[in-house]
Amino acid sequence: MTEVSDQPVHLTPLVEEHRALGAKLIDFAGWLMPVQYGGILEEHRAVRERAGLFDLSHMGELFVEGPEAGDALAYALVTNPPALTIGRAHYSMIVAPDGGILDDLIVYRLGEESFLVVANAGNAQLVSDTLAERIAGRRAVLDDRSLATALIAVQGPSAAAILAPFTDVDLAALKYYAIVEGSVSGIPALVARTGYTGEDGFEIFVDNARAVELWRTLLEAGRPAGLLPVGLGARDTLRLEAGMPLYGNDLDRTTNPYEAGQGRVVKLEKPGDFVGRPALEKVARDGVDRRLVGFMVKGRGIARHGYPVYGAGEDRETGVVTSGTQSPTLGVPIGMAYVASRDAEPGTMVDVGIREQRVPAQIVPLPFYRRAR
Amino acid sequence: MNPADLRYTKDHEWVRVAGDQATIGITDYAAHQLGDIVFVELPVVGRALAQFATFGVVESVKAVSDLFAPIGGDVSETNGVLTSSPELVNSDPYGDGWMIRVRIADPTQLDELLDAPAYDALTAAG
Repeated sequence: MTEVSDQPVHLTPLVEEHRALGAKLIDFAGWLMPVQYGGILEEHRAVRERAGLFDLSHMGELFVEGPEAGDALAYALVTNPPALTIGRAHYSMIVAPDGGILDDLIVYRLGEESFLVVANAGNAQLVSDTLAERIAGRRAVLDDRSLATALIAVQGPSAAAILAPFTDVDLAALKYYAIVEGSVSGIPALVARTGYTGEDGFEIFVDNARAVELWRTLLEAGRPAGLLPVGLGARDTLRLEAGMPLYGNDLDRTTNPYEAGQGRVVKLEKPGDFVGRPALEKVARDGVDRRLVGFMVKGRGIARHGYPVYGAGEDRETGVVTSGTQSPTLGVPIGMAYVASRDAEPGTMVDVGIREQRVPAQIVPLPFYRRAR
Repeated sequence: MNPADLRYTKDHEWVRVAGDQATIGITDYAAHQLGDIVFVELPVVGRALAQFATFGVVESVKAVSDLFAPIGGDVSETNGVLTSSPELVNSDPYGDGWMIRVRIADPTQLDELLDAPAYDALTAAG
């Protein structure tokens, strides 16, 4: 477990709430965050079966506004934000000129000239600085409100039922990957139907000053339905089961979107230049030597980040595990790995090096878990 | 607090002695530090262990931790139930969560271990 260092960490407005709930707090990306409250498995199950409440205030919230905001973002990112209608969102990436991924993002269109870009906590400053550089010279401004904005998520099959009585937002009309301005318990909020768990759910953006009130309201509101506070430990097992990559594990500066299985996120057909276009066009033409895949361990042992992957029964090293855990829902060890393209087809057997053993695993399509709709 | 009839290592293993047989597991403190335990890897019966050598691995959702033998000897039994129910280490670390039994080679090695008050002091400070 990462020790809290001597460096000052950022605190979210909810840190005392977490302490009062008995959370185990760790330093995550320079923020003091709850990794678990009662236990990772219990929290994971709560989200799959009922609902969980997450403090995600460490994430970056970057507002980009102006007559050329859309075009500026189309240049800065691999997606085409001008194609979003107002109130819609899409998953995106920001890459370096060589096509290497700097962060994965969600871009929300709030208005004709108004966008919200949500970045991972560990990359928020870099994304902020890079976006500012890339939109320079256009009629658009970047307003980095990361440190002033709290983000609380309710995720799980009961999320809508728990939230509905407390918001003026018509949740039944709020589609997946949509966002609307409204209020929750009288608190002005942006309410988005997005999440990182594979369940239905909502991500609610409010000013820091109202975060405690919102957190306590939702915790109480959800209590009869069995909602639990959920930490970063279960956030990771949930997103992995849902087949969602984690920057720092599955995506990094040395990986490009095509290798990561996210080629459809790169909109080469959008008009105009964008940072990384020549490099990514080349990858799209030439293909990739390695691919990020999902796997299930068939033998005994848990595959974890950094463990080597070999051809089945071979000495040939084909890649490396990027994320891995015991899946609470499936009851077997699962993971993601980069493997040579020749080993990437679902059904292919490989061996994972777990300590001194070679443990058989099978490449499987993502996601591992899909919610009932 | 920690059972008075056991001896402990600084790495949070416990040992219960009955004649020349030692039963070994990890403490409630260790199980709590690890969180939900999802996997336990134990040695084969017959393996000879040296005192303080690693005899296996215990894994929680987020962490992998080596297990160190409090006392040397041959492994006479392992708790097979932990393969399907690793969570027993969390729920009953001194009882059904036991890990291995060892035929004690040298009983004087027990003198190297902490008694319950010393282990309580160690974990209270930590």
